Amino acid sequence: MTGNHGAAAEEARAGFRADGLDARLVVERGTRPGGGAAFRLDVTLTVAPGEVVALLGPNGAGKTTALRALAGLMPLTEGHLRLDGVALERTPPESRPVGVVFQDYLLFPHLTALDNVAFGPRCQGASKAAARAQAAAWLDRLGLAAHADAKPRKLSGGQAQRVALARALATHPRLLLLDEPLAALDARTRLEVRAQLRRHLADFEAVAVLVTHDPLDAMVLADRLVVVEEGRIVQEGSPSDIARHPRTDYIAQLVGLNLYRGKADGHTVRLDTGPLLTTTEALTGPVYVAFPPNAVTLHRDRPTGSSARNLWRCEVGGLETHGDQIRAVLTGELPLVADLTTVAAAELDLYPGAEVWAAVKATQTHAYPV
Amino acid sequence: MTPTDKAGAAPGTLRDGRRLRIRTGDGRGVPLPLLLPALAGLAFLLVPLAGLLVRTPWHSLPGLLAGAQVWQALQLSLICATAATAVSLVVGVPLAWLLARVEFPGRGLVRALVTLPLVLPPVVGGVALLMALGRNGIVGQWLDSWFGITLPFTTAGVVVAEAFVALPFLVISVEGTLRAADPRYEEAAATLGASRFTAFRRVTLPLIAPGIAAGAVLAWARALGEFGATITFAGNFPGRTQTMPLAVYLALQSDPEAAIALSLVLLAVSIAVLAALRDRWVAAG
Amino acid sequence: MTRTVRRNHRNHRTLHAAGAGVAALLALSACSSSGGSAAAEPDSPASAGGSDPGKVTGDVTVFAAASLKESFEKLGREFERQHPGTKVTFSFGGSDSLAASITGGAPADVFASASPRTMKIVTDAGDASGTPATFVRNRLQIATLPGNPDKIGSLKDLTDPNLKVVLCDKTVPCGAAAQKALDASKLELTPVSYEEDVKSALTKVVLKEADAAVVYRTDVKAAGEKVEGVEFPEAAGAVNDYPVTVLEDASNPVAAKAFIELVQSPEGQRVLTEAGFLQP
Repeated sequence: MTGNHGAAAEEARAGFRADGLDARLVVERGTRPGGGAAFRLDVTLTVAPGEVVALLGPNGAGKTTALRALAGLMPLTEGHLRLDGVALERTPPESRPVGVVFQDYLLFPHLTALDNVAFGPRCQGASKAAARAQAAAWLDRLGLAAHADAKPRKLSGGQAQRVALARALATHPRLLLLDEPLAALDARTRLEVRAQLRRHLADFEAVAVLVTHDPLDAMVLADRLVVVEEGRIVQEGSPSDIARHPRTDYIAQLVGLNLYRGKADGHTVRLDTGPLLTTTEALTGPVYVAFPPNAVTLHRDRPTGSSARNLWRCEVGGLETHGDQIRAVLTGELPLVADLTTVAAAELDLYPGAEVWAAVKATQTHAYPV
Repeated sequence: MTPTDKAGAAPGTLRDGRRLRIRTGDGRGVPLPLLLPALAGLAFLLVPLAGLLVRTPWHSLPGLLAGAQVWQALQLSLICATAATAVSLVVGVPLAWLLARVEFPGRGLVRALVTLPLVLPPVVGGVALLMALGRNGIVGQWLDSWFGITLPFTTAGVVVAEAFVALPFLVISVEGTLRAADPRYEEAAATLGASRFTAFRRVTLPLIAPGIAAGAVLAWARALGEFGATITFAGNFPGRTQTMPLAVYLALQSDPEAAIALSLVLLAVSIAVLAALRDRWVAAG
Repeated sequence: MTRTVRRNHRNHRTLHAAGAGVAALLALSACSSSGGSAAAEPDSPASAGGSDPGKVTGDVTVFAAASLKESFEKLGREFERQHPGTKVTFSFGGSDSLAASITGGAPADVFASASPRTMKIVTDAGDASGTPATFVRNRLQIATLPGNPDKIGSLKDLTDPNLKVVLCDKTVPCGAAAQKALDASKLELTPVSYEEDVKSALTKVVLKEADAAVVYRTDVKAAGEKVEGVEFPEAAGAVNDYPVTVLEDASNPVAAKAFIELVQSPEGQRVLTEAGFLQP
């Protein structure tokens, strides 16, 4: 899937395509009496047909604003929005070939699952019978034929999610928008629905943009990630690229890496915060250095004869369980996060305030230019 | 005593001799500072009704109610109140939607103006209607000369007068429901290709139906009891504009017993209608 | 002196009402209709006999038919001028509602009604002191639009189906009188409305919603230029007597009596005649 879309995505980014999505979304919001701060969203998106792009970012980054702007539910302050070569900036939402799966689905509570899905085709002018036939076909395709006559409140979270997807797809949109499509589900359903959604999105031939704050959802569902922070794009790329080369603390945290910025001179990087760090890559100029928390080894006493050249004196700031491991948050010379087994943590007698030595092998670090 | 709980029979029964324990559904006691005013309020509403019942001349009641004029007035009242409610629905629901969903300059002022008939003495409302829709009113004179329509002294005039006082109740009630309803359903409808009107008709309207029904009941009840605006704008003629409240008022001048009998009929009918409607809606909701 | 008596009288009532407890509303009405006269009886002669009979002072409350408003207000000012230290308080309204208030225990000294029938309600309840006296009479007139554009000249002209005529409801005096006149002349008149009182009947003509109304001469006169009055001979057979009386329950019977004397005096009659009333 990714391979197929990779070329298309490449082409899209170059801006040569007439089909797909090509948008610059600028939405400004002044300070509001309610206490909302002034906000400016400015993101540029180009997405090829068949490609799935995830807008990933923390709460309040402007992801949902971007999605609403794409759907026409929020006017653009400036910028443009072209879908398959057609300018849509001034088109009202009901006339845009856009389908939306809302975060809490917003299935019409007074209509059955079937009539919810038939709603779109009806609005597009299909007869009642034809609309229902189409809706039935969609429900069937999503494995919901048995629930066609159920009212939304009788559906489970996963079923409701699929009805919402069927409803959005039934209008044959050229742009499918999904707002936190899995956020409303419990952990177990989520796993299952995520896999299904991935399949349906893979089948979808037009542009799909999803918004999420969950990196796993983004990485499983999307071909390309667009990371949005404070209204602007901070990083863009394939899931694996982003996972390996985070460029902001937010992404590093998301993908579970320690990330630092510094200036490289050969194998040595002088971090912006002071300490030196040895890497395997030989680079010059501004770089990022990243290493995973499990690459860090902790010692109560300064290790002797260790091959690790990267050694810092730290203090335990906090401890938390992380899966079946203990995650130690360290402060001191170099703030970092280290993962260790419960046994190791017990042997080291770690407690908040304890002094430790943290070591990282150069081979476990990864440096890349800014 | 009405406040009993559903769970068991223990609360509300007499124990410790003469003490009546009143409890809320979760078994906790009702605080006296709330209970006493609540009971006082209830008594305040019910004692006058009790007075009406106590003073009702039951033995002569059949004779008093035998007159055709009573049933004529009752029939007219029901028809006019229902028509006024229909008129209020047709214009009131869209007006409520406008106030709840569309931002426009002076919306607060418009909202205040909508509620004006609530504070206006109905008789003044009737005079205002005459000034507007009467034979020489600012609008009425054109209705008369172009279409030959005059509203005062007609049944249509009664409907107009009742709708004038009932409409604010409906608008306020429906607007409140609309504000409480999630506007994102309308957005969802829009993304599915529904125009604003279609979204309103197929999504919003069914969603706020209970609120509309409640508003309609309020409006209907207000229209049924309407007196001042009706007698001022539409006058009083049996079978044409004499509704029950007018009949009651005029009977009060000469024959208070007949007035009480008429009031009783009006009360009975409205209680029957309201109870029937309420049951239906509660069951449906 | 009168003041003290008055207060005692009030207290008496209040005690009655308070004693009844929770159902205050019911108790109050019950107390005033039954206990009112009994409570007042020992007080009233005392206040009349004990004070200087020539000295008129204190407050006097007059319940009077709405049609008497302008003339009585004028007479009230005159009364206060003649008897310094007095204050006349009026309550104008439909004679029926006033009668109902009085029998219901409303505090008043004088009742001037627009019909013997409504006065009878008060006397039958035993709330009048002495026999009511007729002090003026009123006569019906047709109120037409200014300039009488429809050329209405008689009661019969009103039966023209193209005319919008309003009458008072038969339950109020002006309606009863109009019906009497119509019956006497064997005329069938279908109005567009039976109004609840004479003022609202007149208002319909003032606002030009109706072409004519059968009302009292005094009302036509009070409306000034806004309507034109047309006399009709049948009205002679349906003249309304206005009776007036001191009330049994009066807290100031001396002043009440003095006020009635003023109304019946040549000066009072002059004021009333100016307003369109006829002498009895």
